[in-house]
Amino acid sequence: MSANWISTRAWLLMLPLLVVMVSVIGWPLVDTVRLSFTDAKLVGTEGSFVGIANYEKMLAGSNFQRALVTTTWFAVVSVAAEMVLGVLAALLLHQQFRGRTALRALMILPWALPTVVNATLWRLIYNPEYGALNAALTQLGLIDSYRSWLGEPGSALTALIIADCWKNFPLVALIALAALQAVPRDITAAALVDGAGPFNRFRFVIMPYLAGPLLVALVLRTIEAFKVFDIIWVMTRGGPANSTRTLSILVYQEAFSFQRAGSGASLALIVTLLVTVLAAAYAALLRRAAGAA
Amino acid sequence: MERQSRLFSIFVHASALLLAAVILAPVVWLFVMSISPAADLSAKPLSWWPSDIELSRYRTLLSAIENSAGAAFIAALINSLMVAGMATLAAIVVAVPAAWAVSRTPAVSWSLYAVIATYMLPPVALAVPLYMGLAYFGLLNTVFGLALVYLTILAPFTTWLLKSGFDAIPREIESAAMIDGARLDQILRLLTLPLAAPVMATSALFAFLLAWDEFFYALLFTSDLRAKTLTVAIADLAGGRVSDYGLIATAGVLAALPPVLIGLIMQRALISGLTSGGVKG
Repeated sequence: MSANWISTRAWLLMLPLLVVMVSVIGWPLVDTVRLSFTDAKLVGTEGSFVGIANYEKMLAGSNFQRALVTTTWFAVVSVAAEMVLGVLAALLLHQQFRGRTALRALMILPWALPTVVNATLWRLIYNPEYGALNAALTQLGLIDSYRSWLGEPGSALTALIIADCWKNFPLVALIALAALQAVPRDITAAALVDGAGPFNRFRFVIMPYLAGPLLVALVLRTIEAFKVFDIIWVMTRGGPANSTRTLSILVYQEAFSFQRAGSGASLALIVTLLVTVLAAAYAALLRRAAGAA
Repeated sequence: MERQSRLFSIFVHASALLLAAVILAPVVWLFVMSISPAADLSAKPLSWWPSDIELSRYRTLLSAIENSAGAAFIAALINSLMVAGMATLAAIVVAVPAAWAVSRTPAVSWSLYAVIATYMLPPVALAVPLYMGLAYFGLLNTVFGLALVYLTILAPFTTWLLKSGFDAIPREIESAAMIDGARLDQILRLLTLPLAAPVMATSALFAFLLAWDEFFYALLFTSDLRAKTLTVAIADLAGGRVSDYGLIATAGVLAALPPVLIGLIMQRALISGLTSGGVKG
């Protein structure tokens, strides 16, 4: 068989996938670019070419700048917390204790819970009148009166971050645990014999094994967190007073609530560009880490 | 770590208890809410244990009396099953040949990275044209249209998982069969695909869970019982004027049941998939 035929055969086998990808991803993406230079409405008007007016309007608007700050804060805080809690949980699950197998199995629960169910569950927990959080804190004597955790601009975003962390840190823990189990036992034993303390054992013996998988998890979680929509839509819809309005929520409102397809598309592409830059920066980081190892 | 001090052991056990409580408390509370009488849930101080076990909500949601909350819930359940089932099937059908080709032909593997890269696209970047396209073909508010859109997520993801699966099957087996005179279709049908069956099953489960979990496109592209999925139905309940929080909790428990069962049973396969293939957010 000639190399030529093998490559032709490969392309033929990939054809169905490529057709699907072009029609549900390629074409819509190109059309979003086209729309972003028009003043098209979602229904009805085709819209006419307006140049970069949409981009100028969106980038200069205070809505975009505020949503960018909110999104960045959400992504940085929730992913950082998930990483720290995940590694701590993994170190714990790597120790010997009774019920370890059961606890490891339980870690899959938050991950398996559908995002919308998780959001609904936490919305009920944070309920201002009957919520479990208010009840628990009152019964423990930590607060005097019930608070509206999701209804106050000061606490809503933090409440969302906690709900998001609860769902996602167990996944980081499971990934870190798999990496911990790959650390050869004789290496940790040797470090122990050489008198390395717990911190040095973690930093110099275990961390090199954790770094790769954790970096991958960090990349993917950050990108996911930057695109966040579901949990926020179900819990606060971007409120109160737009204090939890992230970029994806803003695009949704612009394109679908206000039906401004043109400016919505330009905003969506700005978000896409930000995610791409983020991903590219991470990819470079990953390559450097891989080269160093 | 061969000899642990007593103090360290106590610390480990206490931490394990704390972790178990953190993981379990919200889930158990969801279940408790679903079986507590409505009066218990609005009592102050809140009673943490149901005074009586109330199963009527499960009966309500699972009975298909016309125009009831149950009829709406069951319609959403069926829609979710159909959309996730169709999208998963279609994703596997297009992903298997592509994944095999990429795995066996390194020269075209760059195209896979192009496919994977689309996984990072925020759905908002595709939503407006997809909405207009679906409207043009009359596919808005249909399970078929939504399943088609779900391919944007499922196809790249399953191709990636299946490619690592095929990579693990030595190509020498295929070469040996070819030397023995087997045709390519025979090799794939009798040799490679049976060997890849486990990874195909895992990929299909992952894809199904992703589709089951999806909310953004379902919110945009469906509007009533004809196509609304469970995630949208639950978000409606949570954001609506339902006075019985137990009913919302019950819908949540029922929607969470399939993925939680799959998660617990398939634990090992899921975790190896998570650590090798990718991470679902």
